[in-house]
Amino acid sequence: MSHLLEVRDLHARYGNTQVLHGLNLDVAEGQVTALLGANGAGKTTTLRALCQLMVQTTGSITLDGVALNSRNTEQIARLGVGHVPDGRGTFMALSTEENLRLGAFSRARREGLAQDMDKVYGYFPRLRERASQQAGTLSGGEQQMLAIGRALMGRPRLLLLDEPSFGLAPLVVKDIFAIMRRINQEEKVSILLVEQNAKLALDIADTAYLLETGRVVLQGSSADMRSNDAVRRAYLGE
Amino acid sequence: MNELLHQTLSGLATGGIYASVALALVMIYQATHHINFAQGEMAMFSTFLAWMLLQAGLPYWGAFALTVVLSFVLAAAIEFAVIRPMHKAPELSVVVVFIGLLVIFHSLAGWIFGYTIKTFPSPFAANAWYGSQLMSAHEVGAIFVALVMVALLFSFFRFTPLGLAMRASAQNANSSRLVGISVGRMLMLGWGLAGAIGAVAGMMVAPVVFLDPNMMTGVLLYAFAGALIGGIDNPVGAVLGGFIVGVLENLIGSYVVGTELKLSVALVLIVGVLIVRPSGLLGKKIVTRV
Repeated sequence: MSHLLEVRDLHARYGNTQVLHGLNLDVAEGQVTALLGANGAGKTTTLRALCQLMVQTTGSITLDGVALNSRNTEQIARLGVGHVPDGRGTFMALSTEENLRLGAFSRARREGLAQDMDKVYGYFPRLRERASQQAGTLSGGEQQMLAIGRALMGRPRLLLLDEPSFGLAPLVVKDIFAIMRRINQEEKVSILLVEQNAKLALDIADTAYLLETGRVVLQGSSADMRSNDAVRRAYLGE
Repeated sequence: MNELLHQTLSGLATGGIYASVALALVMIYQATHHINFAQGEMAMFSTFLAWMLLQAGLPYWGAFALTVVLSFVLAAAIEFAVIRPMHKAPELSVVVVFIGLLVIFHSLAGWIFGYTIKTFPSPFAANAWYGSQLMSAHEVGAIFVALVMVALLFSFFRFTPLGLAMRASAQNANSSRLVGISVGRMLMLGWGLAGAIGAVAGMMVAPVVFLDPNMMTGVLLYAFAGALIGGIDNPVGAVLGGFIVGVLENLIGSYVVGTELKLSVALVLIVGVLIVRPSGLLGKKIVTRV
């Protein structure tokens, strides 16, 4: 299995605060890879580091052989990395449809925009109903759908998802995770999923990494992780 | 009665100019939450550029177009060279930079072009069919130009991907970067547009108030009042506010306080709005669910 994303010896810091201490991580083409860990382990920082957003990094990050760490956030987005950020990053005062249109901004060519919009509405019919509504008035779940839809509009090869379950009702979370799996398979998008809810993440991921204080302490297939005693005790509550 | 109508209409004409400058102020405010105090002086400087081009023998609309382009480039360059390095600086430092720019442009214009008052031509012939006893051809023309500019800008922001990207980066810079928008470039574009709008306003007001380095000082104050009345974060409000201030200034100036105290009308309006309704008439309160 070839690796779409390869991260080697990644260090990241906010000003003087070092958060990641030499992280190694791979995302295999077409797979869902989960990044697990407690609060403050560095999950969100890892995703930000991949996009060079708000953090300073050293080490190497390559997407299909192209180095990312020498580029800025907007260039990385144009290379096909869709980032669904922490807090969803909604453009509150714009309409739902405008939010989606913005997702396609990174694409060099505008054609196919209407079809892509239809595709997103196909995954998330609720968004079609809310197309002209100000995005700030959408519910948390709808905004999460919107954030995923916005990232999809850029036709990403790699989708980074930062805690899509955060603050949402269990039923909504179930829906969103089912759709994420479909997106992974139908769109052939590789996914790197950050989740605090280890059970949810392991259910849809092929492989997983466990992060503690900025280092990978455990990695393996989802099945291996699920049967690992330490993971079961600390993260699955069994 | 006729006199009242005349004063109101002529107020609308100057209002169009205030509306334009207010629009330029809102443009930069929306993107950076800063008031560009140098906006007026930049517009004055642009008008001098137009004057120079006209002296060099260019036809009016040729000089007009070239001035708009040059002002766009100049303002974008200022953003890049002076404002961008300040993006992490405290509010007060940025304000000082704006005042610095104001003084620099003021002195530069005086140094290059002199302080003597110059006449500036109007592109609208005095005897044109749309001119009348109530409203001169230039007044009608200036309103028309202001409205066309507003319509163009509105369409740009509403219907083009670039306009949408500019609105997005003003709202949420990080999310904009994540979808591939270069926020820095959008800011530069915003400054450029503000510079171009200011240039148009300058060229429209110069035939009325004559051209000299002090030309825009009062205009900026009225424009600021207009932007505040309409809502400093709302382009439509700013335009509306500009027209309201133009009419109020003229009516109160003619019937109440006299022309010498007209400028204080703007100040009273500014203070009044800030006390009674700080977000302005159309100031947007963004509804958010968390």
